[in-house]
Amino acid sequence: MLTASTGWLLAAAAVLGVLSVASGVAVFVVDSMARATFALLGSFLAVAAVLLALDLAYLAVVTALMMTIEMAIMAVFMIAFMMNPAGLVPMSMVHNTRGSAVVGAGAFVVLTAGIWLVDWPVRRTAVPADPTRQLGEALMGSHMLVMLGIGVALFATILAGTLLATARGRYDRFGPDLTAHRPADPVRGGLAR
Amino acid sequence: MSAEVVLQVVLTVAAGLVGVGLFGALSQQTVVMVMMGLELVLNGVLLAGGAAWYFLAPGLPDAQVLVVVVLVVMAVEMAMGFAVTIALYRSRQVEMIDMAADLRG
Amino acid sequence: MGETATLADAWGAVPAALVVVAVALALGWAVTATDRAVLAGGGPVPGPGRDAARLLLEQRRTTPAPDRLLWRLGCAGVAVLALASWAVVPLGSRSLWSTSADLVWFNAAEAVLWAAVWLVGWGPNAFAALTGGYRFLAQGLAYELPLMFALITAGLAAGSLRTTDVVAAQAGLWFVVTMPVAFVVFLAAAAAFAFWGPFDAPAGTDVAGGVTSELSGVDRLLVSAGRAVFLGAAAAMAVALFLGGGAGPWLPGPVWQLVKTLAVVALLVRAGRRLPLLRPDRAVEVAWVVVIPVVLLQALVVAVLVLAGFYG
Repeated sequence: MLTASTGWLLAAAAVLGVLSVASGVAVFVVDSMARATFALLGSFLAVAAVLLALDLAYLAVVTALMMTIEMAIMAVFMIAFMMNPAGLVPMSMVHNTRGSAVVGAGAFVVLTAGIWLVDWPVRRTAVPADPTRQLGEALMGSHMLVMLGIGVALFATILAGTLLATARGRYDRFGPDLTAHRPADPVRGGLAR
Repeated sequence: MSAEVVLQVVLTVAAGLVGVGLFGALSQQTVVMVMMGLELVLNGVLLAGGAAWYFLAPGLPDAQVLVVVVLVVMAVEMAMGFAVTIALYRSRQVEMIDMAADLRG
Repeated sequence: MGETATLADAWGAVPAALVVVAVALALGWAVTATDRAVLAGGGPVPGPGRDAARLLLEQRRTTPAPDRLLWRLGCAGVAVLALASWAVVPLGSRSLWSTSADLVWFNAAEAVLWAAVWLVGWGPNAFAALTGGYRFLAQGLAYELPLMFALITAGLAAGSLRTTDVVAAQAGLWFVVTMPVAFVVFLAAAAAFAFWGPFDAPAGTDVAGGVTSELSGVDRLLVSAGRAVFLGAAAAMAVALFLGGGAGPWLPGPVWQLVKTLAVVALLVRAGRRLPLLRPDRAVEVAWVVVIPVVLLQALVVAVLVLAGFYG
C-alpha cells in the first residue's frame, strides 16, 4: 500500500537521487575544475537531503558540513595542481575510458539486479523518536570501540598528513643546533614567536 | 507498492553513484580527479547505509554507525590523498598517476 | 526531551517561514543600521533600506570571461544560507523547524558558506575577488573548530542539540555564567564567518574589497544582506544559547528576547569596530595555539559540572 508518507518519500528520493547522480556525472564531464569540484559538492548535498528525508537529521547535516569544507579545500588543490582550472583550455586527462566505462556500468548493472531481485525484509521496529540520541548512545556505549578506532585513525591521519605534506622540519626552523630564538618561517604566525 | 520500492529506488541511486564513481576513479589520470571518483563511490555507500537504517533496522544504531565510519573514511582518504599529492609533486613535479607508476615497486 | 512543537506546526509552514524571514531581514537591517551609526560616530547615517532599493534597480556590471553560473550560485547561496540558519533559531519558545540536531544545522549553514563565499570570489575571474575567496578559506580554518566547540559546549550542558531544549535548560541559570569563554568565542566566530569587523580581510580594503570587489546590483545586495542577516542570526542564537532566551522578569518572553538580541548586536558592533583587523594567517595560529585549547578547557569544565549535576 502506498501511504502519503511513502509516496512523498519516493518522490523526494527519486528527484534528489537523479540530481545526485547527474551532478556525479557532471564531475567528469565539465572542463572547469572549479565546476567539477562543486558538481561533486552538489551530489553530496543531494545525498544529505535524502538522509534528511530519512529522519537522519544529524548525519544529514554532518554530511553537508564535512563535505562542503572538504570540497572547499579540494577546490584550492584542484586550482593549484590541475593544468586547466577554469576550463578555458579544454584538454583530455583520461586513460582507458572504455574499460572504465565497462567496469562502472557493470558494477551498476550487477548491483541494481541484486537490489531489485532480492526479497527485502520488512522492518519490525519503528523509527526512534530521536535518531541522534540513538547514534550518540551507541557511539558512547555499545559501539565505543568504533569511536576509539575513529579517533586513533583521525589522529594518525593528522600526523601522517602533516609529515607528508611539509618539507620543513625543526632543523629548518631553528637552525642546525636548534638554537634560534625565533623560527625562520616563511610566514610569521599571529603570536609573534 | 510499499516501502520496499522506495528502498529499492534509493539503493538504485546509490548503485548509480558507485558506478559513476568507479568509472571516474578508473578513467581519470590526475590524483585529485581519482580521489573525486572514490568520493563518489563512498557517497553511494553513505546513501545505502542511511537507507538500510531507515527501511530495514531503525531500531538498531548499527547502520548509523556505519555511515559515521564512511564519513571518517572519506575525510581520511581526502587528507592522505592531498598529503601524498603534495609530497609527490614536491619530489618530482608530477600529479598524474601514470607518472608515478614506478611506485608499484 | 520530547518532541517540541515548531512554529511551522503551530502557524502552518508558509506563514511561519514568512514571519521568520521577516524577522531575519528586520534584524539584518538593525545590524547594518547599528554598524553604520557606530562607523559614522554621530554624523548623518544613510539608511540601509535606501541602499537596498538602489542596488535592486542598479544594472549589473560584469567582468571578462566570468564563471557566471558559479558566481550567481555563490551570491544566492550567501543569502539563502543566512536565512536557512534562522530555521533553528528560537523565536519565543519555538523555532521554525526543529530537528534532533539543531546546533549542527546552524553550524552546517555556516560551513556551506565556505563554498558560497569562495564561489563569489571565484566567479568574476578577477584577481582581487579570488584573493578574498582564498582569504576566507584560510580564515575558516581558524574559526571553524572554536565555533564548533562553543556550540557543542552549550549542547553539552543542556543534554540536547535542540535549541529549544537549550533555552529551556537555562531556566535556573544563564549558560553565560558558567561558559563565558564559549560565549565570547561564539560571537568572535560569528564576526569571522560574516567576514566583518576585525575579520574583514576577505573583503578588505587592501584588496579593493576582496570577494565583494566585483559585485554590483542584486548580487551585491544578496551578499551584503546575507552577511548582515548572518550576524543577526548569530546574535539571536547567542541569546538563545547563552543568555537564557526570553527569560526575564516583568516583561513577556519575546520582548526580553528582542531586547537581549539588540543588546548583543550593539555590543558586537561596538567591540568589533574598535578592534584592528586580524589577518587570516595570524588568526590561524592564534586559533590553533590559544583559542582551541581554551575552548576545550571550557568544555571540560562544563562536562565536569554536568557530571556533578550542576545543571539539574
